[in-house]
Amino acid sequence: MGKVLRPGVTIKGTKDGLLFLLDESRPFSAILSELKYKLENASNLWDGPDTRVWIKLGNRQITREEEKEMRELFSARKNLIIHSIEAANGKPYLVDNRGIQMLAGTVRSGQVLEHRGDLLLLGDVNPGGNVRSTGSIFVLGALRGLAHAGGEGDESAIIAASSLHPTQLRIAEVVSRPPDEWDESETSGMNFAYLVNGQIAVDKMHQISRIRPDIHEWKDHRFKA
Amino acid sequence: MGEAIVVTSGKGGVGKSTTSANIGTALAMAGKKVCLLDTDIGLRNLDVLMGLENRIIYDIVDVIEKNCKIEQALIKDKRCEALYLLPAAQTKDKSAINSKQLRWLIAELKEKFDCVVIDCPAGIEMGFKNAVSGADRAIVVTTPENASIRDADRVVGLLEKEKVSRPKLVVNRLRPHLVREGGMMDVDEVVSVLAIDLLGVVPDDEEVIRSGNQGEPIVLHKKSLAAQAYRNIARRIQGEVVPLLVLEKERKFLGRMKRWLGFA
Ligand SMILES: Nc1ncnc2c1ncn2[C@@H]1O[C@H](COP(=O)(O)OP(=O)(O)OP(=O)(O)O)[C@@H](O)[C@H]1O
Ligand SMILES: [Mg+2]
Repeated sequence: MGKVLRPGVTIKGTKDGLLFLLDESRPFSAILSELKYKLENASNLWDGPDTRVWIKLGNRQITREEEKEMRELFSARKNLIIHSIEAANGKPYLVDNRGIQMLAGTVRSGQVLEHRGDLLLLGDVNPGGNVRSTGSIFVLGALRGLAHAGGEGDESAIIAASSLHPTQLRIAEVVSRPPDEWDESETSGMNFAYLVNGQIAVDKMHQISRIRPDIHEWKDHRFKA
Repeated sequence: MGEAIVVTSGKGGVGKSTTSANIGTALAMAGKKVCLLDTDIGLRNLDVLMGLENRIIYDIVDVIEKNCKIEQALIKDKRCEALYLLPAAQTKDKSAINSKQLRWLIAELKEKFDCVVIDCPAGIEMGFKNAVSGADRAIVVTTPENASIRDADRVVGLLEKEKVSRPKLVVNRLRPHLVREGGMMDVDEVVSVLAIDLLGVVPDDEEVIRSGNQGEPIVLHKKSLAAQAYRNIARRIQGEVVPLLVLEKERKFLGRMKRWLGFA
C-alpha cells in the first residue's frame, strides 16, 4: 500500500485571497524550502494584483526566527501581503520562548515524550524510553534511555542529566552511542552533552558557560574587593 | 465485594504463573476466599502448577460462551478449603474472549470471592490488555535481568495508561551470591529503575521448580525461604507491614529494609 505523500505546502484560493496550509507533521525547515520553491517558481502565478495571504500552521507553533524567515520568503513576492498567521484551535502561533517548561514523571520503556522548546523533566528516562524536544533537554533524574534535543535542527541544543547514562543521544542530526563512544569516567556526576564540530561531546556542567557563552554566567557581585 | 489482582510481567517465563499459584494459595491459607483465574488461553499452566489438571471439565471459554455456569467450571483445590481455580482453555486462542466478556466474568467472581488472582499471559497484546482491564490492582513480576526489567517497565507504563492503580513489584529468582559477584543486578537497582513499590523478593530456588512439577505450590512447604517470601508477599497484599527476608546473612540487607517498606 503506497502512501501518497501530501505536499508540505498546500495553497488554496478563496474569494478573499490565498490560504497557505503548512503541514504540521514535517520539520519546519522542510516546509520553508518547499515554500521557497513554490514562491520562486510558477512566477507568473504570483505576479498579479495585491493579494491577501492567510497562513495556517495546524498544530505547530513557530519561533520568532522561523516567522522572520518565513516572512522573508514572502517578501520576494511584493504582491503577497500576509494578513494573518494562525495555529489550530486558537493557540498562539508563536512558541512561548520565555523560560523552560517543567514536567514531572518517569518516561518508561516504549513511551515517547515529545516537546517543543526547552524541557526540564523531573524524573527518570528509562532504557527504551524516548524524550524528544526541539530545544534543550534537562533531566533532573537518571537519563538511561534515548534523548533527542534540537529535533528540528537546532545545533545549539544541549542535553543534561543528573545521571547521564543514555542508551543513545541525538542532537540535531547527530547520533552518539555511549559508552563505546565516550569514556565512562566522563559520565559520573552532573554532565551535559553538546554538539561540537559535528560530534557530540560530554562535559561537566561547570563548563557550560565556556562552551555556550550565550548562557549567562552567574557571578556573585555582592562583595567587591 | 472482592478485589481482582492481576499478575503480569511483559516478558515470558519470569514466574507469573508460579507467583499467582503461590500468592493465591498463601492468601487462601490466611483465610481469604480466593479464585485463581488463568487467562493464558492456549497455554494454560496454572492447573498444572496447582496439580488440578485432571479435574478440568469446563474452562474459561465455556463460561464466557455460556456452555456452563461459573460454578460448574470452578475447581476446588485439593488442599485449601477456600481456594478455587478457573482454568484457561487449552484448545482455543486468545481471540476466544474479549475484554468486555472478561470484565463481566471478573465482576461476577468478585461477588463470590475476596480475592481474584489473575494469571496474565506474556506479552503486551490483546491477551494482556484483556487480563488487565478487569483488575483493581496489579503485581508486576520481573527477574533481576535487563531484558526482563525493560519489559516490566513497558508494562508499568501501559498499566498506568489502563488506570490500574499503582502496580507493585515482585523481584523473582534473585541469586544473592551472583549479585555479590556483580553478575546480577541487586534489588535496589531494579527498584530504582522501575520506580514502583516493592512487594517482595523471591530467591531463585530449585525447590520452586520441583514443587511446580509436582503440582504443589512451594508456599505449602513451611521451611523454604521462597515459601516464606511468598507468604510475606501475601501478607503485604493484605496491608500488613512485613520486613523483607534476609536472603543471605548480610547486614546491608537489613539496612535497606526500612526504605523498601514504603508501600501502602
Ligand atoms: N523463584 C524461582 N526459583 C526457581 N525457579 C523458578 C522461580 N520462579 C519460577 N521459576 C521457574 O521458572 C519457570 C517459569 O515460571 P512460570 O511458568 O511461573 O513463568 P510465567 O511467567 O508464568 O511463564 P509464561 O510467560 O510462559 O506464562 C518455571 O520452570 C518455574 O518453575
Ligand atoms: Mg504463565
